[in-house]
Amino acid sequence: MKLTVNGDEHDLAAADLAEALRLLELDSAVVATALNGAFVPAASRAATALEDGDRIEIVSPRQGG
Amino acid sequence: MLNFYGVEIASRLLLGTAQYPSPAILADAARASGTEILTVSLRRESGRLREGQDFWGLIADLGVRVLPNTAGCHSVKEAVTTAQMAREVFGTSWIKLEVIGEADTLQPDVFGLVEAARILTSEGFEVFPYTTEDLVVAERLLDAGCKLLMPWGAPIGTGMGLNNVYGLRSLRAHFPDVPLVIDAGIGRPSHAAAAMELGYDAVLLNTAVAKAGDPVAMAGAFARAIEAGRAGFLADPIEPRDMAAPSTPVFGRASLA
Repeated sequence: MKLTVNGDEHDLAAADLAEALRLLELDSAVVATALNGAFVPAASRAATALEDGDRIEIVSPRQGG
Repeated sequence: MLNFYGVEIASRLLLGTAQYPSPAILADAARASGTEILTVSLRRESGRLREGQDFWGLIADLGVRVLPNTAGCHSVKEAVTTAQMAREVFGTSWIKLEVIGEADTLQPDVFGLVEAARILTSEGFEVFPYTTEDLVVAERLLDAGCKLLMPWGAPIGTGMGLNNVYGLRSLRAHFPDVPLVIDAGIGRPSHAAAAMELGYDAVLLNTAVAKAGDPVAMAGAFARAIEAGRAGFLADPIEPRDMAAPSTPVFGRASLA
């Protein structure tokens, strides 16, 4: 399945958002996720099915002012 | 004591975590500043680099509160989604709400800011709005549920200090009981002291410390300037006057002419 993850094209065999994080090796990281511009809480990732062309954002803590 | 959404804060310096020469200098500067609140952000994470995980470990070790921001957001939707993600990652309902309206000055889009503040307050967030010194916008932000305001001193990163002292003084006078934090534009400790002498409750700064030649020493200098400015405000300063007034008594002066 073709997915855009943090702006880059990925071909991932992931049925849901939790699986996509596992395949990206980010399942144990401190991250938050959004799907097509909408926040997806951690508890809802496994129940969030993915479709071809979906845009996923995965963010983590970073320096800020 | 300073109170942000029911939390008592002793230090009146809020410090940003960006642009330091190294993580170690950031940590030392944070300690030297005595701050109890560090601002942080969210950025894209990569499975290989895992930058965010290292940074989060550093901040957690400092043992202070974090105030996540929505820096870089230019729309209400982006800011709201970023706030939602920040609440989950950082485990706090506090959000430094930035909705940027103009790229050259990073001026807040105050219309979007009020809208986003209303949405986030209804979702249980405790909003720290990065705003201008405009009184009417300030009223709208309070109506939207904000319990404090963070007007800019000058555009972010400029180091110009307090660009509109009259406007900031008016804001202070108009909202005597609302916590007011100068956020952005501070360049030198004297700017921060001036903000405190106006009766502002706290100062939020980043670049002035991070980009100083010695960030750790500058963090300490800001801490002392803010304490001095606050103490000066509480001590009720004299008003300026146009003509000289001798401080040494005239009476009793020897006649030596």
